[in-house]
Amino acid sequence: MVNIKNISDDFPILAQKINGHRFVYLDSAATSMRPNFVLDRIDAFYKSSAANPHRGVYALAERATAAYEGARAAVARFVGADTDEIVFTRNASESLNIVMYCHAQYALKPGDSVVIPISEHHSNLVPWQIAAAKTGAELRYLYTDAETGLIPDSEIERKIDKTTKIVAFAHVSNVLGLRFPAEKLVARARCVGAVTVLDAAQSVPHFPVDFHGLDVDFAAFSAHKMYGPMGIGVLYGRRELLEKMPPFLFGGDMIEYVREQDTDFAAPPHRFEAGTQNAGGAVGLAAAVEYIGAIGWANIESREAALMRRLTAGLAEQKRVSVIGDADPGARRYGVVSFNIEDVHSHDAATILDSFGIAIRAGAHCAHPLLDYLGVKASCRASLGVYSTEQDIDRLLECIPQVRRKLGYGD
Amino acid sequence: MEIDALYSEIITEHSRSSRNRRRMENPTVSRQGVNPSCGDELTLELREDGGVITDASFTGEGCAISKASASMMTDIIRGKSRTEAARLCSAFLGMIKGEQPDAETLDALEDAAALQGVSKMPARVKCAVLPWHTLKSAIEDLKDQ
Ligand SMILES: Cc1ncc(COP(=O)(O)O)c(C=O)c1O
Ligand SMILES: [Zn+2]
Repeated sequence: MVNIKNISDDFPILAQKINGHRFVYLDSAATSMRPNFVLDRIDAFYKSSAANPHRGVYALAERATAAYEGARAAVARFVGADTDEIVFTRNASESLNIVMYCHAQYALKPGDSVVIPISEHHSNLVPWQIAAAKTGAELRYLYTDAETGLIPDSEIERKIDKTTKIVAFAHVSNVLGLRFPAEKLVARARCVGAVTVLDAAQSVPHFPVDFHGLDVDFAAFSAHKMYGPMGIGVLYGRRELLEKMPPFLFGGDMIEYVREQDTDFAAPPHRFEAGTQNAGGAVGLAAAVEYIGAIGWANIESREAALMRRLTAGLAEQKRVSVIGDADPGARRYGVVSFNIEDVHSHDAATILDSFGIAIRAGAHCAHPLLDYLGVKASCRASLGVYSTEQDIDRLLECIPQVRRKLGYGD
Repeated sequence: MEIDALYSEIITEHSRSSRNRRRMENPTVSRQGVNPSCGDELTLELREDGGVITDASFTGEGCAISKASASMMTDIIRGKSRTEAARLCSAFLGMIKGEQPDAETLDALEDAAALQGVSKMPARVKCAVLPWHTLKSAIEDLKDQ
């Protein structure tokens, strides 16, 4: 199932030419590509088992239910949770919204605070703005050290206080690629009695994550960033919290019994899964989990760390390139690095690199408050996946000098 | 579109040029425009005297395409009447939407005609039209004064 020597051979989408060149995909933080193993599993589900889960007693319906619920169990093992603590959603954004709509808006009141790092993705930021506006609570930011990109301990001690009811943070920043100290943030939140929300969208593809081990209350991630399909994501919630929460959407499958005037809702996780679910997506996510397992974390982590060292060292050697948050060149980055080329807007850089077959992300990366805080308008971002190779990195590094040349800057 | 046609000499020269990239003293109208997809931001300033745009300039941050487009546009409209400027504006926006301008219009658009190829790059259309949309709003402001 895995071609360990040439992992990229498992990904048919990477075999194409783009603008006449070998395709170099360096935007896995936006969405990763999917291996044949995952695509085949989804295909097989729709070809042989796709009845409506939970809604029939015939053979196919039972097979579909087993596939869907089996996927939930596989995901739970993958992230160190119990099966009934895993809710399937559309994506990380929806998962975070459920925490806002079904927990935060009832838990917060004027005088309370929600604390998040300034570096959050809009998906883990806008819902908290809305929660604050709805409840009169304060939204407070943890500011990163502008040089290192990390949150100083003093900031954590000072901002998370007795008023704090929710601490939400990304495990790994989708702009800086730096890993935030989840243990420290959770410990401080526990100390003041706040609930913690972990945005694991950029961590689950790169290293093993254990929600019980981290002792977080909620967590969110998307399948499409970890070699699974688009349109399916996960909300993890501590059992006691999920049990106390009202449903998100109403409809079929999320009920226990419906009378003319009122309804008993199902227990979690089904309480939060109204209507026919993306069972094919769940099957694809479970296949992605299996695929990651087959490569093995030790392998993934050592490969990606070596590639990232090659990339950051190469960027540091470029004459007119500055990496964002680079005061500590040895800082470990997890799959993501952002940089700017002197005088060049990132969209021009991305258009020019695309003409060489290289896909990188340009713009503000859904993190306007961070870029405003850093005084940066936009940046280029290169990000890695299990299929990334040394040739990919070298091709990027070789083409970056072309960008200024194409724009007429000489060198 | 070929990359060398998108970033042709005439376009990159305009994008690097600071000739029209300046603040104006006492503009008749000053108008801001933003392109959220790229983060391009621009402030267009016009001075009008007796129905004629006597000076045009811009400031702001943006990609090469938006800066080149702004530089070309301010060159073209300087010395034109408000009505002529509005007509050129429709001609440029039409060209980027994919309409084939006649030879006379292409002539009137001067250097900006070089941006025609952007009409085939949906991701960059907003960059090229930003200065012209801002001009359209600025002309509306002039009418209201
Ligand atoms: C850190 C982080 N959080 C949340 C999200 C949102 O993920 P999705 O768009 O799949 O909901 C992303 C993806 O862009 C992300 O990088
Ligand atoms: Zn632009």
